[in-house]
Amino acid sequence: MKKIANVEELNAMRDKLKDKIGIRHDVPNNIQVVVGMGTCGIAAGAPAVLSAVTKEVGRLNLQNVTVAHKGCQGNCENEPIVEVIIPGKEPVTYVNMNSQKVTKIIGEHVVGGKPVVEYSKYGRIKGFE
Amino acid sequence: MYRSHILVCAGTNCHSGKSDKFIEYLDEKLLEHKLNEEVKVVKTGCFGLCAFGPVVVVYPEGIFYQMVDQAGIERIFAEHVLKGRIVDDLVYEESKKHGVIEPFEQTDFFRKQVRVALHNCGVIDPEDINEYIAVDGYQALAKVLTTMTPQQVIDEIKASGLRGRGGAGFPTGLKWSFAAAEPAGKKYICCNADEGDPGAFMDRSVLEGDPHVLIEAMAIAAYAVGADEGYKYVRAEYPLAVQRFQKALDDARAMGFLGENILGTGFSFDMHVKLGAGAFVCGEETALLTSIEGNRGEPRPRPPFPAVKGLFGKPTVLNNVETLANIPRIIMEGADWFAGMGTETSKGTKVFALGGNIVNVGLVEVPMGITLREIVEEIGGGIPSGKKFKAAQTGGPSGGCIPAKLLDTGIDYESLAQVGSMMGSGGLIVMDEDSCMVDIAKFYLDFTVDESCGKCAPCRIGTKQLLEILEKITQGQGVMEDLDTLKTLSTHIMENSLCALGQTAPNPVASTLEYFWDEYVEHVVNKKCPAGMCKDLLTYTILPDKCIGCTICARVCPVNAISGKVKEIHTIDEKCIKCGVCVDKCKFDAIIKV
Amino acid sequence: MDNVKLKINGLDVEVPKGTTVLDAAHKLGIRIPTLCYLREINAIGACRICVVEVKGARSSVAACVHPVSEGMEIQTNTEKLRQARKMTLELIVSDHRMDCLSCERSLRCELQTLANEYEVDQHKFANLNPEVDDSAPHLIRDNSKCILCRKCVAVCKHNQAVGVIGANYRGYKTQIGSPFDLPLDTQPCIYCSQCVAVCPTGALSEKYDHKKVWEAIANPNKHVVVACAPAVRAQLGECFNYPIGTNVSGKMVTALRRMGFDKVFDVPTAADFTIMEEGTELIKRLEAGGPFPMFTSCSPGWVKFCEHFYPEYLDNLSTCKSPQQMYGALMKTYYAEKEGIKPEDMYVVSVMPCAAKKFEITRDHQNAAGIPDLDAVITTNELALMIRQTGLIFEDLPDEDFDPAFGIASGAGHIFGVTGGVCEATLRTVSEIVSGKPLEKLEFNEVRGVAGIKEAEYDLGGKKLKVAVVSGTANAKKVIEDIKSGAKEYHFIEMMACPGGCVNGGGQPYQPGYVRNFTDLRALRAKALYREDAPKTALRKSHENPVVKEIYDSYLGEPGGHKAHELLHTSYVKRTVY
Repeated sequence: MKKIANVEELNAMRDKLKDKIGIRHDVPNNIQVVVGMGTCGIAAGAPAVLSAVTKEVGRLNLQNVTVAHKGCQGNCENEPIVEVIIPGKEPVTYVNMNSQKVTKIIGEHVVGGKPVVEYSKYGRIKGFE
Repeated sequence: MYRSHILVCAGTNCHSGKSDKFIEYLDEKLLEHKLNEEVKVVKTGCFGLCAFGPVVVVYPEGIFYQMVDQAGIERIFAEHVLKGRIVDDLVYEESKKHGVIEPFEQTDFFRKQVRVALHNCGVIDPEDINEYIAVDGYQALAKVLTTMTPQQVIDEIKASGLRGRGGAGFPTGLKWSFAAAEPAGKKYICCNADEGDPGAFMDRSVLEGDPHVLIEAMAIAAYAVGADEGYKYVRAEYPLAVQRFQKALDDARAMGFLGENILGTGFSFDMHVKLGAGAFVCGEETALLTSIEGNRGEPRPRPPFPAVKGLFGKPTVLNNVETLANIPRIIMEGADWFAGMGTETSKGTKVFALGGNIVNVGLVEVPMGITLREIVEEIGGGIPSGKKFKAAQTGGPSGGCIPAKLLDTGIDYESLAQVGSMMGSGGLIVMDEDSCMVDIAKFYLDFTVDESCGKCAPCRIGTKQLLEILEKITQGQGVMEDLDTLKTLSTHIMENSLCALGQTAPNPVASTLEYFWDEYVEHVVNKKCPAGMCKDLLTYTILPDKCIGCTICARVCPVNAISGKVKEIHTIDEKCIKCGVCVDKCKFDAIIKV
Repeated sequence: MDNVKLKINGLDVEVPKGTTVLDAAHKLGIRIPTLCYLREINAIGACRICVVEVKGARSSVAACVHPVSEGMEIQTNTEKLRQARKMTLELIVSDHRMDCLSCERSLRCELQTLANEYEVDQHKFANLNPEVDDSAPHLIRDNSKCILCRKCVAVCKHNQAVGVIGANYRGYKTQIGSPFDLPLDTQPCIYCSQCVAVCPTGALSEKYDHKKVWEAIANPNKHVVVACAPAVRAQLGECFNYPIGTNVSGKMVTALRRMGFDKVFDVPTAADFTIMEEGTELIKRLEAGGPFPMFTSCSPGWVKFCEHFYPEYLDNLSTCKSPQQMYGALMKTYYAEKEGIKPEDMYVVSVMPCAAKKFEITRDHQNAAGIPDLDAVITTNELALMIRQTGLIFEDLPDEDFDPAFGIASGAGHIFGVTGGVCEATLRTVSEIVSGKPLEKLEFNEVRGVAGIKEAEYDLGGKKLKVAVVSGTANAKKVIEDIKSGAKEYHFIEMMACPGGCVNGGGQPYQPGYVRNFTDLRALRAKALYREDAPKTALRKSHENPVVKEIYDSYLGEPGGHKAHELLHTSYVKRTVY
């Protein structure tokens, strides 16, 4: 353990550590990225997708993003499914996901605010047609 | 980056439910599924809902699992962690009340609570200093050291209206100012973690769940009064608390929050942990200091007060754990924020340990001024088995019993004292209609007689005499004159004892005499115990119209006090030891106690 | 120091800041009753008898420890306070074994006095007596009469630095005793009995041996002799309502004779022998260059303290027997021979201010004639009891003299009973022997007075002699630690176990707390002995005592010689602390 020499060092350390804990506080305005983790999703490779989402959010240090997962949504043939929910906007559902697609979605939709229309279930998204 | 945190309560209660094994299991499984970089297992302090422990909470969803066992944790991993499916039947009942699973913060138990002292308990890993730093830990210390003068710190605490949470409610800022006013030189900061009230465990929870907050608060206090050394006096019966606090101390020292030249400001402070042997009287400040000095823990007369002449004869500030746990928040949020909560004379919040005949046995932190009724009926979930509320006992063994008619009393120092009880350290024992108040008074006196240090005559002999008289009454030997003696002797002990232990020890007697006089008279005059608790005043009888002669009672009676032939009415003779086994076994409700 | 003004019972008083309510009231002539308070030794506010009302205070406060402050208004004797004191007394009495009719402390018991004054109902509360324990050898601790004032604990720890007793258990079960309730004789108790001297009730009392003495007197085959320590004549009067510090030597001798002792001798005579031997030993050590410092050995409490706590200093202890033991040794050798009595037919008794003397007669190498030098030791208190049992009206007795065969003593021998006395007596003799000419001034004022540690430096035939006079073993500890660390150096140290010396011994008449707290017992009692050594007294030096000269010439030979060594010197043993 390194000694903290002054207040600046303490603040820097606090800022760096904040995300370790943020998930445990109520953050209602966070963007949610939800991965379907039903048996169908898991069989289709959802765990790798969930890992990819987690890593990418971590890599970009996105403090305002919550990564979550949920069960089967009755759309098994299109698994793995990822849902991006930006507060105040319609949720967008992406289908047949993989790690590469995740990188693009995080970069363009979650960070950039522009949905990746071609990955969506019907190739079109309300408001982005 | 972790997408999910699994919080496992590792407070003493959940720990005894083998919650440490859950942590091992989860860590192992996460590694097996290569999820150890995505999902984090966090060992936390107490959530407060101890009746439903062991407790596991999964974030980001905030799902509160209750009474988890090994099978339960396996299901939580397989279902919730791996597949995102909430394990419905393990979810805290209360949060399912409205048909959907609500965040646990919305349930009755948590909704009315305001967590200031327990802010980080159940939220962070107490053994990880980084987590404390992440939630703004040591920022308050940094703030006072770099932007405030000692006088400003004292003024801020004074303005907050914070009063001692150990029992007496002395204004904390004022206490600090007395020690600060003493000439510069050796001074001490001591923390009273000798929580001695049976059933109270708020201090233990802070020590176990958020130890760094105490180190930070003591350093702030030291800066304010000009001390450079501290002692934490903690009872040896709290091994987990001691171990966690020691770890926190080592980490804080390693990172420079204790020791020389803290945060480069030139301020130095360090502290020791002193283990107490568990004497109740060592919660009294002068007895505690005497004990730290290596002597038999006995109080000494005041004045001189510890702020002037305390530990080893030096000016000393002694604060209770819960008091200190408020300090960093007051510094960060401001005195006005704190003073905005509570009543005219009692600011902020108070932690209570709920116990006795109540559904939600556990730890709650509520704003001062909340009524007893809100605590008992809403947060506490009421009395189990549909029984009636009879009394609430606050303030530990030297508090008083508050009857149903005073349930709307607001909780603050003055109101509780006015009804003959006290805040004490925050024990709150609820009693239902089956409790005999004479027996309750006897129970508490038994405790104080044992725990009196034996130094001053009124407490040493007076409490014993009170107990003797109560015993006489519960055995049916009482006379009306005894009730007068109980009253005058109680007053005598309160007015003439050396320390707070004796000055408050008769409270259970005095308050039950005041509110439950008729029950005493019933014992003395009619030799009856209305609640059916005092064995010597009871007789067990078999109702002839209900007994079918099944012989079960005769067979279970341990002393062969029941006789009767098969299919004939049975009778109980004088050999009966009133153990009640026959009542429990009789399928026809044919045996009653009168 | 700043003064504060306050009102007590409506009367104005001005006292220095920090004064206790008790002292401020005393200044106004108001007596507040106390039980546990002992000035400078035990101020713990435990018994709650001295409670007073302070205007504005939450509850009553203990006057013995509560400091006054500016503008305070105090009431010391309201009806409420009288009732409170009464009830506290009734509580204390409720667990006190009431054998007041025959209790050793009866009529001098402070609890009894207060119970009477406050018209206590001794049956108000149920009697809840604990058991009696009398396992200790030199005193009896009857905890069924203990009121837990802790005075005994405080003197043992603070005055004596022994600390073999303390509070055991808790609450109502609290009892004073040794660690783990072990018997006192397994502890490094030095038997000084200072605890007995401060006990306000009969919980602590000396073990009496007067019955053995009555038996010996009644036995026609025994030649029973008695001798009295100097401090006894100075205090015996206290038992018969004489003012403290009255010397009742003449009446005491008459009483002893009428009680049936065959001879009544004087311990100061033996003290003159001690000076001859001790002085010679000091001169020899000065010639041999040590070992220094030389400690005196007349106080058996001190000797036992040294054996337990500083066994590495046993060589520093003078090998001289105490005056009591020299008296006994000479009785059973020289006197028996001269009178033609077999030593076995002698019964040698001493009257002492000290219970440790009862232990001293049982020590090894205290048997000059092959049998113990003494047969019984009684204390001043036992003597008073025996005088009453004899049916004597003490105040009306004529004054008589000691039997001359062993009853002539110098002033030097008399002041043995006071701290500094042994040192002064030794200096008189040693100075004259070393210089060969008479002293111009016999008073060595530097070593007089009640201070616990006194130091002086004298010129002894051109050589510097550094002396110290110490009383109370806590002071002894302090001085020895200073010697150990090299901070201090001395040639000769007079050591007394009891603060103030023998006049304040553990076997002396009981004086209650209110006397001890407001008078200096040590100084008052010492006065009686210095009167025996007044400047106009003819015989003030040990070496000029005709009895001493006669016995050395006709029997012992040279001081410090072979025979003197055989009869008048002893040895010590290492003892442990645990």
